[in-house]
Amino acid sequence: MAQKITIEPVTRIEGHGKVTVHLDDNMNVDQTRLHIVEFRGFERFIQGRPYWEAPVHVQRLCGICPVSHHLAAAKALDVIVGAGTGEGLTPTGEKMRRLMHYGQIFQSHSLHFFHLCSPDFLFGYDADPEKRNVVGVVNEFPELATQAVMMRKYGQEVINYTAGKKIHGTGAIPGGINKNLPVEERDLLLKGDDPLNADKMIEYAEGGLAVFKDIYSKNKDFIDNFAHFPSNHMSLVRKDGALDLYHGLLRAVDKDGKKILHDIDYQEYHKYIEEEVRSWSYMKFPYLREYGTDKGWYRVGPLARLNTVDFIPTPKAQAEFEKFKAHTEGKPNNHCLHTHWARLIETLHAAEMIKELLQDPDLQKDDLVTKGTKGNEGVGLIEAPRGTLFHHYKINENDQVSMCNLIVSTTNNNEPMNQSVNFVAKNMMSGQPVITEPMKNAVEIAIRAYDPCLSCATHALGKMPLEISMYGPRGEKLDNYRS
Amino acid sequence: MSDKVKFTIDGKECTGKKGQLLVDAATENGVYIPVLCHWKDVEPAASCRICTVRVNGNYITACTTTVEEGSTVENDTPEIRDMRKTIVEMLFVEGNHFCPSCEKSGDCDLQALGYLYQMMVPRFPYAFENREIQASSPKIFLDKNRCIFCKRCIRMIKDDQDRNYFAFKGRGNHLEITIDEKLAAGMTEEQAQRAMEICPVGAILRKEVGFITPIGKRKYDKVPIGSDIESQNKKGGEK
Ligand code: SF4
Ligand code: FES
Repeated sequence: MAQKITIEPVTRIEGHGKVTVHLDDNMNVDQTRLHIVEFRGFERFIQGRPYWEAPVHVQRLCGICPVSHHLAAAKALDVIVGAGTGEGLTPTGEKMRRLMHYGQIFQSHSLHFFHLCSPDFLFGYDADPEKRNVVGVVNEFPELATQAVMMRKYGQEVINYTAGKKIHGTGAIPGGINKNLPVEERDLLLKGDDPLNADKMIEYAEGGLAVFKDIYSKNKDFIDNFAHFPSNHMSLVRKDGALDLYHGLLRAVDKDGKKILHDIDYQEYHKYIEEEVRSWSYMKFPYLREYGTDKGWYRVGPLARLNTVDFIPTPKAQAEFEKFKAHTEGKPNNHCLHTHWARLIETLHAAEMIKELLQDPDLQKDDLVTKGTKGNEGVGLIEAPRGTLFHHYKINENDQVSMCNLIVSTTNNNEPMNQSVNFVAKNMMSGQPVITEPMKNAVEIAIRAYDPCLSCATHALGKMPLEISMYGPRGEKLDNYRS
Repeated sequence: MSDKVKFTIDGKECTGKKGQLLVDAATENGVYIPVLCHWKDVEPAASCRICTVRVNGNYITACTTTVEEGSTVENDTPEIRDMRKTIVEMLFVEGNHFCPSCEKSGDCDLQALGYLYQMMVPRFPYAFENREIQASSPKIFLDKNRCIFCKRCIRMIKDDQDRNYFAFKGRGNHLEITIDEKLAAGMTEEQAQRAMEICPVGAILRKEVGFITPIGKRKYDKVPIGSDIESQNKKGGEK
């Protein structure tokens, strides 16, 4: 008797997501689908608006990583105002934006791992959900919890001084930035009172990585085998192959590390990337045109980035990167939960980058904006905390936005998230007539490895308004699960 | 005969000049009376009513009334504050004001008054009028959604032959601000900048230079609207 189980997490941030598990007559999982109701309204709202409003307007898409949208939009508009495609800004303009971005990466990665995902590892995915949450971490690992709070706070201060506000600032404008970093502000970030200074943050980031490694050594089987499947990987890389989260060329490698997208200029992304529409999902499925829908899908995000780049241009993170690469003998790492490992290496890199940038006197200069010959179209890409983010705009002769296309990280990861959820369901739900809380959490862990936006708000308190419904072959409801 | 006029505002002794508008005299005495349409030395429009005060018990707009010897003015009373808050709320629901993405945010008089009078949620239903955007003049982006019909732009921004760049068209509910696109093609940068500055909201935007003032440096980021006037008051009071 075929059955359909529906897991429906109602969320506040990305509309809502729902998982349907289709069981076959033998009660084995036949197929699993993650349906995300993606809200694409911003692409419509922005039409007719003045182009310079886009970076401020479109960032409202997200409350966790608005800076990524703010900067991706600004980068697309740099092209439109003739300030070049990444290298044309003044040193102050570019470095202030980079600082903002690394502040964002630092705070978002800290939130993602420590606040949202660490409870699953520190207590076990099947631990009592009353304990398996951020409050549980505070109670049992107070030092770690305090450090995590400080890391997030520090990242937000970096954003505050570069964007003007911790959330939804206005710093990046087409062609540059609207402020520099006065010495007083720099000193607050560079050598502020403990722990809010650059050195302490590097130390905390190293500590966080050590925590993960410790967890890993104790749970190797679980972490290695959870939703582990081969895929392509895509990210921006610096011209010399280094990890660069702010700007670069677009590269993709296959599961064995062979380059399948050869460091292209992302202004031409549409020549290489296409989005597939599937009847059962509102969210599109991007793929590399040359390889088709079956073979061309890819992962983005921390794991994909470390699989794509050749090296990390800061010493401590590079040393960790070498260990990470050695683990898979230099080949791409396809273990879903190693995304957290990669994320923590990037967190360390972000802390090192912040320190490096803060020591750069260009941040105190006054030449903030570049303008050139105006065009009518521009693409801006950035490596957002959760992966490659695309912003593409066209404007009309009256300076109004006439077209906007956004491919957000979650969309880029649509197929891999589906694959992960399917993997988990097949392994944990087959042969079972009921859904237990740990099974439900396992599905969430798979999603959270990529994107906490689907579940963060509620998971933080261990209670996700989650409904699982089980249907018989004629659509009759057989069972219902509510957390 | 002296042309000095003595009067009180909320009990404070004030001095003005004969024939002087109450709103201007209040400013000189360090008393803030909010305005949205008034501009010193420009023919009053008296369209916004936010400057309404009580003079000897009668409600009247301070931007059209001259000071009178011995008069008693009520300005910052709970009743008048509430009435002004009501006006601000009505202005908010009548247009389409989305402060989060508006570049005048932090520099906008309407928003600043919303904060001053602690407007939380408007008590009136939103009109959601479908207003047009006029973007075809080279220097000005005119967002009609945000216009509060103060007429400052019409009264103040003119070309060297005294011709208006801005005008109202339509009537009643259909009234809207419009820009003479042909004439506006000849507008200078300074005129465009001036137009943006005098517009109390974000209806008139200069093209291509949005968001250049960082957060923290905008007019009302650190102090509420009217504090520049009130700080004179404090200084006066301390003496
Ligand atoms: S556009 Fe601005 S200045 Fe002109 S009438 Fe409207 S609100 Fe007043
Ligand atoms: S300022 Fe007096 S009516 Fe507008």
